[in-house]
Amino acid sequence: MKTLLKYAQVALVVLAIAALLAAPLVLKPYGIFVLSQWAVMAIAAVGLNLTLGYAGQISLAQASFVGIGAYTVALLQPFGVPFALAFVAAGLLSFAIGWVLGYPALRVQHHYLAFVTLAFTTLVFLVMRNEEWLTGGIYGISNIKRPIILGWSTVKPVPFYYFALGMLALVTAIVWWLLRSPWGRAFTALRENPIRALSLGIDTRRYTLFAFAFGSALGGLSGAMHAPLVQFIEPTSFGLSLSLTLLLMVIVGGSGYFLGPFVGALVAVIMPEWLRFADGLYLIAYALLVLLLMTFCPSGILGLFGRLANLIETRAASARRQSLSAKLDQKPVSS
Amino acid sequence: MSAFLQLLISGLATGAIYAIVAVGFTLIWQTSQTINFAQGEFVMIPAFFVLAAMKLGGLPFWAACLVGLAVSVFVLGVMFKQAIVDPMLKHGVLPLVISTIALSLLLKESAKEFYSSQAQPFPSLVPSVDLNLFGAVISTQSLLVLGVAFVTVGGLNLLLNRTRFGRAMQATAQNRSVARILGVPVERMVLATFVINGLLVAIASILISPIYLVKFTNGETLGLAAFIAAIVGGFNQVRGAIVGGLVLGVVDNLSAAYISAQYRGAFPLFLLIAVILLKPEGLVGRREERTV
Repeated sequence: MKTLLKYAQVALVVLAIAALLAAPLVLKPYGIFVLSQWAVMAIAAVGLNLTLGYAGQISLAQASFVGIGAYTVALLQPFGVPFALAFVAAGLLSFAIGWVLGYPALRVQHHYLAFVTLAFTTLVFLVMRNEEWLTGGIYGISNIKRPIILGWSTVKPVPFYYFALGMLALVTAIVWWLLRSPWGRAFTALRENPIRALSLGIDTRRYTLFAFAFGSALGGLSGAMHAPLVQFIEPTSFGLSLSLTLLLMVIVGGSGYFLGPFVGALVAVIMPEWLRFADGLYLIAYALLVLLLMTFCPSGILGLFGRLANLIETRAASARRQSLSAKLDQKPVSS
Repeated sequence: MSAFLQLLISGLATGAIYAIVAVGFTLIWQTSQTINFAQGEFVMIPAFFVLAAMKLGGLPFWAACLVGLAVSVFVLGVMFKQAIVDPMLKHGVLPLVISTIALSLLLKESAKEFYSSQAQPFPSLVPSVDLNLFGAVISTQSLLVLGVAFVTVGGLNLLLNRTRFGRAMQATAQNRSVARILGVPVERMVLATFVINGLLVAIASILISPIYLVKFTNGETLGLAAFIAAIVGGFNQVRGAIVGGLVLGVVDNLSAAYISAQYRGAFPLFLLIAVILLKPEGLVGRREERTV
């Protein structure tokens, strides 16, 4: 039964990937844009899931790392820096800033950490808005070009969509590998029982810092993709509301589940678009849906599936037990 | 000097409003571990209740204010607790945080959709006259805000410290199980803090709306200010929230005037970060939980 569920899971993922690859055949350019947005935001959400879901640190700073990544790419472009280099630079810069922010921030826990990171987001926003000589202030930076990767132009929506999917796949593969490495095991140990982890010789402070910085770096990479996707960036898109949306993606999808942020990003990016028929009411409907979901399923959408899978397994196990105990009862009779 | 006095008093007036909001925020945090990310929107909404009562019900301003208070106590106090906090509480802090974020979106969009996206004028409780005090120009608005805030907070303090009811509430906040053993009706006390929060945000709303106008986005800055005030002052003390609010209002005003208006929003944040790192129990808070 357990293997069957696993197969079902794999089949679902394969199906989803196939659907994503085939999407341009049926979708209009706007739909492709929304899906590209999903892929880009999912990168940031995967990063936050690492920080929050695996290492257990609430961060409201993810939006500012997306912003830092986006501005890095946008600012390096006029100097003719190739995209690949700018992309890596965005990741490294976010990693470094995340590490530096982590040092003081991780002295505090839980809601205090949430507020320190919240303050950081607002500070970064203020810098982006006020330092006009660097960031263009409220006018932002426009005309960001989409890259040409090894002679393959991503200027048109569909190629860029595949490019974004490819980057998402790359990031996913790296995180997948990381979580299966001793580092990843240590992250989970940190979340489950920090004191025990410490007593087992895990340098909790360093691992927490690393998880935080790595999650931030993924935020930066997401931003590096966001800039060429929308081709125009300005400070308000990287404010607190994006941080809250990213947090929402992780929790709604199911924090601590590997696939959680993908599902959560899908809900946060695509649901509002689906609800657009409701016109001005769509955000209201969206907020109500999130409220309902949290009330009935606080562990997120994947948590719901997890509960369902558990239920099926328990049923199956008790059925097995029953049939076995029936056999046991028969034995004395036969002997 | 007169300019300084002027800034100080208007800062204190803004700070007094922050303090009222932060007190409510702290109270519900204490009794039910709810970090209310919608607290700013809670301050934005009651003004809409008042305006709706005046426009649709044709009530005079004072009656509309009473209606606003009552509706906000019911909707933002009782209904918020019963419909959102209670079912979520057992699942821990994070899902509840997400819920309050969704709630803030819901309130904001509802105000925009069902009332208006334009800033609405709001009648003032007193005629707006500028008084001259030692060369500083001080508006009656500021004085009114300070006066009402003083009475509100003073009344709340009396309630919390001088009555059996208030002490039972404090006991609930400090240790739920012991309070229950001592015969405190814990559930009712928790409800009482939500009701008080509903009342406080409505008062803050009526005080602040004549100054800032009524707009659906008003909650964003106010919510942040309430968090900062609560943490700067001390999360576990009502007087902490008061001190935090006042300090925040003054710091905000003075830094904008004397250091940088562009980075106005940044100074409270520096203050916040400094307090969290150096004195996480807050300026006047008690050290009781391990946060570092």
